Amino acid sequence: MDTIKHHLTESLLMGYSSGNLPEAFNLVVAAHISMCDDCRARLASYDAVGGAVLDDTAPACLAADSFEQTLARIKGEAPGRPTISRPAPGVLPAPLREYVGGDVDAIRWRPVGGGVKQAVLPTSQDATARLLRIPAGAAVPDHGHRGLELTLVLQGAFHDETDHFGRGDVEVAGEELHHTPTAETGEDCICLAATDAPLRFRALIPRLVQPFLGI
Amino acid sequence: MVAETRQTDWIEHVRRIEQERDETAFAELFQHFGPRVKAFLMKSGANETLAEECAQEVMATLWNKAHLFDPSRASVATWIFTVARNRRIDALRKQKRPEPEDLPWGPEAEPDQEEVLALQQDTARLGRALADLPEKQRHLIEKAYFGDLSHTEIAEETGLPLGTIKSRIRLALDRLRHAMR
Repeated sequence: MDTIKHHLTESLLMGYSSGNLPEAFNLVVAAHISMCDDCRARLASYDAVGGAVLDDTAPACLAADSFEQTLARIKGEAPGRPTISRPAPGVLPAPLREYVGGDVDAIRWRPVGGGVKQAVLPTSQDATARLLRIPAGAAVPDHGHRGLELTLVLQGAFHDETDHFGRGDVEVAGEELHHTPTAETGEDCICLAATDAPLRFRALIPRLVQPFLGI
Repeated sequence: MVAETRQTDWIEHVRRIEQERDETAFAELFQHFGPRVKAFLMKSGANETLAEECAQEVMATLWNKAHLFDPSRASVATWIFTVARNRRIDALRKQKRPEPEDLPWGPEAEPDQEEVLALQQDTARLGRALADLPEKQRHLIEKAYFGDLSHTEIAEETGLPLGTIKSRIRLALDRLRHAMR
């Protein structure tokens, strides 16, 4: 828990709290917060701003039978679960397991060249989310970004021109960053990456295969 | 002090709903928050029919999920905001909302009363700070929370005094983690 060094930005936390992020980014935020109590507390403070805004909103007129209808809804619904079940320990945090349908062994990997594998996750179209598996010591081709790219480490570690990223760390890359993420030796690196625009590869070959990779 | 007392009262309402299935407490909570949730949804772009329907669903969720409310981590207004926001994303944007893994909550981790009171005071202070912001800045923050500001338009620095409330919640999380061991 205390080893996480790279956290979410203020605008991502406020964007998640206020409900303004694409689903793919929401997934990265939810996954990081599952592993980071510091960002969990920061998010709760942004939620408190939402609570203050709600409490300060001038009331609207409810339908005359609104309360009775709500009671009818309650009686028609099954009661909530009395306890929260604790997820079994594993590599993927709970919000990611919901998209994968299980932990790491349930991921359906597809090779994308250089030993790197990926699995695109089903999210809304305004941004994409994928899991990446980079073999220990291997690199993802040098690329830049048109939009915003978030990379959350789930297993192993990688480094690029900027820093070292271990489990739970999130790298927030904007248009200014051109980088070559390289997995540390010892263990394959598994990351969750989300972007709101296609990546831009520098070399010709990756650019040619880009349409086929879907990245 | 009025705001603090009121927020603390709401906590007692939720407790009565959870433990005693008290319909009077629910009616009072409904009377205050129902019209605000509906207004919040309409400001977020829902038409009146949809806002009415979603507001009823949000209020019904409060009844069913009262056991998930933790007063050492949120005020009742904050909790209701998160439920209304999720309903909005589901109904208006037709998207799934990934939520962080929740921390298990059991009898061994009963909220500490002093912590609860301190958090409600911090929350009330935050509400006042928000009300005191220059008109333009407050408007921008409201716009964001009504879901009408893209994440690239949200500034890194909002000028909101969130440090105290963040530290308070962080302590509550540490205590909860400790109790879970």
